[in-house]
Amino acid sequence: MMGEQVEQSGVSYSHPIRNRKSVLELRNVSIYYDENRAVKDVSFNIRRNRITAIIGPSGCGKSTLLRSINRMNDFVEGARVEGELIFANEDLYGNEVDAVEVRRRIGMVFQKPNPFPKSIYNNITWGPLNYGYEGSLDELVERSLKQAALWDEVKGRLHESALNLSGGQQQRLCIARALAMEPEVLLMDEPCSALDPISTAHIEDLMFQLKEHYTIVIVTHNMQQAARISDYTAFMEMGDLIEFNVTKRIFTRPSVQRTEQYVTGRFG
Amino acid sequence: MTVELNQKKVTEAPREADRVTSLQSSKIRWGELGIRIWLAFCALISVFTTIAIIVLLASETLKFFTAVSPAEFFLGTTWTPLFEPSAFGVLPLLWGTFLVTLGAAVIAIPAGLASAIYLSEYASDRVRGIVKPILELLAGIPTVVYGYFALTFVTPTLRNVFSDLQVFNALSAAIVVGIMILPMVATLSDNAMRAVPVSLRQGAYALGATSYEVTTKVVVPASLSGVMASFLLAISRAIGETMAVTLAAGQTPNISLSMFESIQTMTAYIVQVSLGDTPTGGIAYQTLFAVATLLFAITLAINILSQLILNRFREVYE
Amino acid sequence: MAFHSTTEHRNLAKRHLKSKVFAAFCGAVTWSSVVLLVVLLYQVSVDGFRWLDWQFIDSFPSRFPERAGIKSALVGTIWLILLVALISIPVGVSAALYLEEFATKGRISKMIEVNIANLAGVPSIVYGILGLAIFVRYFALERSLLSGALTMSLLILPVIIIASREAIKTVPVSIRYAAYSLGATKWQTTWAHVLPASFPGIMTGVILALSRAIGETAPLVMIGALTFVAFLPEGPMDSFTALPIQIYNWVSRPQQEFHELAAAGIIVLLTVLLLMNSTAIYIRNKTEKRLR
Repeated sequence: MMGEQVEQSGVSYSHPIRNRKSVLELRNVSIYYDENRAVKDVSFNIRRNRITAIIGPSGCGKSTLLRSINRMNDFVEGARVEGELIFANEDLYGNEVDAVEVRRRIGMVFQKPNPFPKSIYNNITWGPLNYGYEGSLDELVERSLKQAALWDEVKGRLHESALNLSGGQQQRLCIARALAMEPEVLLMDEPCSALDPISTAHIEDLMFQLKEHYTIVIVTHNMQQAARISDYTAFMEMGDLIEFNVTKRIFTRPSVQRTEQYVTGRFG
Repeated sequence: MTVELNQKKVTEAPREADRVTSLQSSKIRWGELGIRIWLAFCALISVFTTIAIIVLLASETLKFFTAVSPAEFFLGTTWTPLFEPSAFGVLPLLWGTFLVTLGAAVIAIPAGLASAIYLSEYASDRVRGIVKPILELLAGIPTVVYGYFALTFVTPTLRNVFSDLQVFNALSAAIVVGIMILPMVATLSDNAMRAVPVSLRQGAYALGATSYEVTTKVVVPASLSGVMASFLLAISRAIGETMAVTLAAGQTPNISLSMFESIQTMTAYIVQVSLGDTPTGGIAYQTLFAVATLLFAITLAINILSQLILNRFREVYE
Repeated sequence: MAFHSTTEHRNLAKRHLKSKVFAAFCGAVTWSSVVLLVVLLYQVSVDGFRWLDWQFIDSFPSRFPERAGIKSALVGTIWLILLVALISIPVGVSAALYLEEFATKGRISKMIEVNIANLAGVPSIVYGILGLAIFVRYFALERSLLSGALTMSLLILPVIIIASREAIKTVPVSIRYAAYSLGATKWQTTWAHVLPASFPGIMTGVILALSRAIGETAPLVMIGALTFVAFLPEGPMDSFTALPIQIYNWVSRPQQEFHELAAAGIIVLLTVLLLMNSTAIYIRNKTEKRLR
């Protein structure tokens, strides 16, 4: 898909992706809030159609890093990003890049479910309608809800308020809502931390199905979750990237002692 | 001090009777009781006020309706209670109030909402710190000043543009009342919009939406009850507005579609009667109460409606 | 996929433009209000400035504009401020204290709350009619300062109660518990701890309410404040006039000079309001600092 775009438009890009298997490359990314450096010189690649987890103790900068990927930090006064985040052969923070377009192609699910106080149906169609979606809305809603494993539970009450759903259902609705935009990457900021264990299990199963078509980056403070579902893991502490590797290695044979201490529970 | 005394008593190994009485107070705290009664009385004054208003208005209005039929009052289109031949159709006054209120609403509601959107969604804290006090200042200017402004600035300026505008007209009054209630709409709507959680806005932005889309299609719909309550309260205030319309709109009750002519509102009529030499107890005097009752009933209904809407709004977020 | 079309990218530019235009529009409307205020104040100042001198403040109203002044109106307004404050502050704050601290939160207190909210929205002229019937006629206080002050107090009572309640609500529960645990009665706690802590907020609400009272004309018209008063009131039972009434009287006259006199009167009125609000802010800042 990426290759197609480069050929069709015939334009040469200034920031080509180096690794064909990556959909997103972070190169020496530092994030500042005024004078405070929250993320320090982080570099790693996000592989397409895989789940990459970012773990670390509270305040290590993982959420900040995640929000910089879809330019949500733009809303924080005094936030500044250095380094490069390469996506679709562009630097996401380049001068010509449109943040609104970035957010359409890189979606996000938040820690606490935040459905709009509208009907289930309207929650899902809201985003695409802004873009002038021309296909069948009913199909879009059904498709998105099926992808989020919520269709069977709500198909009879699509026009009821989304606020009537349980916490776990609301979060799956937020996932469906994000998927309706057909993003290439889905960012998930501790999506299960406000949910009960059963809902959490549902969403983890969902992520396995989703990675077939989407790339997922998930921030989680739950190490077991990262070990269960992710393919790659990045471990951060105090703004630094301590280690980035295949998940199996991070949890069985980490290269850095600090990583070993964290995953074996000696701190954090 | 009380603590020390108790400890002393314990070391003395008191008898059963002593220990029981040391906790009970032997006297009623009269001072405390007296203060409680005073405080409750003050709170009840508000109840007395409402009862007094209702009793007063109702009794005089009932007297009025023994002399004038409700049908003539509510359906008649001529209002000349102070002259001969006397007619008691209140529709011209209602129409006058309606015209001014409508004009004021047309100005204040869109402009107030736009200001609220600007303050809550776009303005920085520094700008808010400047604009909000200015809006409060606008709201605090006495109504006579607005009446003066209408007569000496608004009407002459309008007459340059519309040559057939009368000196006393509904349009100037509507403009000035609109300016007066604009801060109300802006402040209350701003409060309503700020109550919408940030997480909702973030969720909307994360779907690749522009600020226009997030504001008009998520924030305003989510705060709609609070916004509508602000509209209703502002309209209620416009209906009850007295001095500015008395000065600017004139004292001619008539039903005409033109806003360029002089009209009379319910409030202006009440002022006219009380400033004049109407003898107490006559039918003309009683018209004052009849009109006041109508005014009170309308504003009360609107206020209750806005409170109901506001309560529904609180339910969603609490 | 129904996305990824070229029309979508043209749409994006349109959507951004819409957003920018919308933001600019809202900003323009807001700043227009600011401009409007400046125009209003400028207009009033320009019109009234040449009449504003010591003679103006020191003279009584007259049929001749050169000799007319607002002495009686200014003194009347000051009398009113003092009397209204004296009556409405104790009663309003007491009512607020009762509702917040002493009343059991049941159906009755909820009813009183709703009642007060409704009273706050009743047009001021209705209060005038009430004052006329109760204070002027029934209590036979005639058209005196006392009648006017009582009427105005009723008018602003709901505002004071609501604002005071908000201020009292912000006092943390822990302060009360600390006092109770030392064996203090409810009133002792309220007087010594809750009231001082909520004082700044109450002051702000009171001054706002008093400012509103000073600017109201309709109720005073109803109770019969006179418009041509060539003497100073010497006690609460004397008849009187007030600044808004005098201004109204002058504005209603056709002659240009009286309009300008009205503008001068407005400048005086706005100055009085400014003084009151500044005093409030001063008092609030002083008491806030002391509590820290």
